[in-house]
Amino acid sequence: MAILTAGKPLARGALRVTHWDSPWLNPKLIIGAAMVLAVILMGLIGPWFWDVKLARVGAAPLNLPPMWAHNPLSPPPDPAHPLGTESNGRDMLAVVITGAPRSFQVGLIAAGIGMLIGVLFGFTAGFMGGWVDNVIRTLADSVITIPSLAVLIVISSYVRQVDINSMALILALFSWAGPTRVIRAQALTLRERGYVRMARLSGVSTPDIMFREMMPNMLPYLASSLAGNVSGAILAATSLEALGLGPTRIPTLGMTIFYSIRSSAIIRGMWWWWGFPILILVIIFTGLFLIAVGLDEIANPRLRGAKPA
Amino acid sequence: MRGLTKAYVIRRLGMYLLTVWLGATLIFIIPRLAPGDPVAAMVSRLTAQAGYVQNSGPMIEAWRARFGLDAPPLLQYLRFLLNSITFDLGYSLTQFPVKVEEMVASSLPWTLGLLSIATLISFIAGTTIGALMGWRRTPRLLKSLLPLSLAFTSIPFFMLAILLIYVFGFGLRLFPISGGFGRGIVQGWNWAFIKSVVYHGTLPALAIVIASMGFWALGMRGMMITNEGEDYMILAQAKGLRAGRVFWRYAVRNAVLPQVTALALSLGGIVGGSTLVEYLFAYPGMGYLLYQGIVNNDYTVIQGIVFILILTTATAVLIIDLIYPLIDPRITYQRR
Repeated sequence: MAILTAGKPLARGALRVTHWDSPWLNPKLIIGAAMVLAVILMGLIGPWFWDVKLARVGAAPLNLPPMWAHNPLSPPPDPAHPLGTESNGRDMLAVVITGAPRSFQVGLIAAGIGMLIGVLFGFTAGFMGGWVDNVIRTLADSVITIPSLAVLIVISSYVRQVDINSMALILALFSWAGPTRVIRAQALTLRERGYVRMARLSGVSTPDIMFREMMPNMLPYLASSLAGNVSGAILAATSLEALGLGPTRIPTLGMTIFYSIRSSAIIRGMWWWWGFPILILVIIFTGLFLIAVGLDEIANPRLRGAKPA
Repeated sequence: MRGLTKAYVIRRLGMYLLTVWLGATLIFIIPRLAPGDPVAAMVSRLTAQAGYVQNSGPMIEAWRARFGLDAPPLLQYLRFLLNSITFDLGYSLTQFPVKVEEMVASSLPWTLGLLSIATLISFIAGTTIGALMGWRRTPRLLKSLLPLSLAFTSIPFFMLAILLIYVFGFGLRLFPISGGFGRGIVQGWNWAFIKSVVYHGTLPALAIVIASMGFWALGMRGMMITNEGEDYMILAQAKGLRAGRVFWRYAVRNAVLPQVTALALSLGGIVGGSTLVEYLFAYPGMGYLLYQGIVNNDYTVIQGIVFILILTTATAVLIIDLIYPLIDPRITYQRR
């Protein structure tokens, strides 16, 4: 019974893909996923085609503009460094290739942990109700109100030498509150649905109801929340790095922005120094944002229906 | 006044205190988990300046006693809480005789002014755009142009700030790229100063407005669509009310309420994001002060600013939450 009710909508969805009218073929979702995948692929395949050791300090000539550009304050461009180089002698193409996967690593770890706690807390609060709900909701609401970046700045200014993973763990400290709220609200509405009541009446255990009955119906919400959360974690990580508080051993996109600002690259006209990291980050953020919006439209058909014709 | 029950106000005040306490406790615990203490940091700073510090041992002991770091942790904690709520934030480590609360007092108005104006503009503009996007009778041309305003939605404040500095400050030289007011202008309520502040504040504010507008627009659009089929909407249209009246008094009035909740929830993020904007523009607010604290390892300044940021944000959210039942009379906050 339990498996039947949970499995049915999934089976029908799988069938509808072949008819090309499945809600999962949402254009925003597909475009967003393509953008994110492109950046991930660049990070994965890039090292085969480009020498990433060029991202080290002093590996290339200084201040070269990109191949096609011309800057009166810089030496002439060199085709050996297509995206140019910065003032520490790093090759920008190598920096971008090595930096992009780090951003995803931080984002995925921090958001994944946050999501796990969020699912646990949110379900417990929404399903159990009573004082448990009160405690969790109050705590989550308080944590959301705290400007997390400010507290993260305090943490990282004390722990100066951080690596990528411990940075992700620090970020996870604040990334559980959002998902907890979303999931709690969803659990509250699902709790009173017919099939959940039915399962409860037939004596299905509480964890089974939570994870086998309700969870499959919340997948789009969960995925959308995860996408938003990854983007939030990457933003927090990049912000810390841009303040000079991130890992310093390996080039990250945020750290590149930090160095470019510190060397006043903006008023020296060296747009490629901060421009390429920002471009990659904007692709990542826009991709994740489109994924979240697309998933929201899948979960809530009304949002889809109102598209201007 | 119906919605504002005593139980709700008490619960909300309790949450306010919890938030401030949580924030203060985090600020207290974090430095003590990290290796070393402020005094050791101070000595290492001296060492960095002078090369070698004579009698550093007794000096550390004396300072530890002076700053109360030799007291038992619980006593230190209680002292810290008492000092925090009385705004006694201690001395700056780098500019020693200057007290942190003085530095905060001179920079807080800048941040409050920039943030409240930028957030207000972005909220009103974004909500209006979203309302028009979700409204069925919006002219076709307008409807196809509106989504363009959302192009920068997912770009963080500070990246947009860099772009704006490059295009309008460096490239076109239309706006100043740093500072809060022009050099040699006397601060005060005179016309020249106000003009200079507005001129310098335009780009930072623009970065915040453009980057956060889309968030409000999307939320509003969703709520407008959700309200579309409601009975009162159909009734309003069936009564033959003018379109403008249905739009503002029926659709927008109902759809805007969750936006206010969203404002309360996202304020923390906006405050955090604006920190970097201030740092990029060298704007004389809290964010720039915080950055200087980071660069100089000035831990008391960092902690003091972060505490004030948490306090200010929590207060703003409290005010929004207390106003909310007044604008939404349907809500009676009762325990279920």
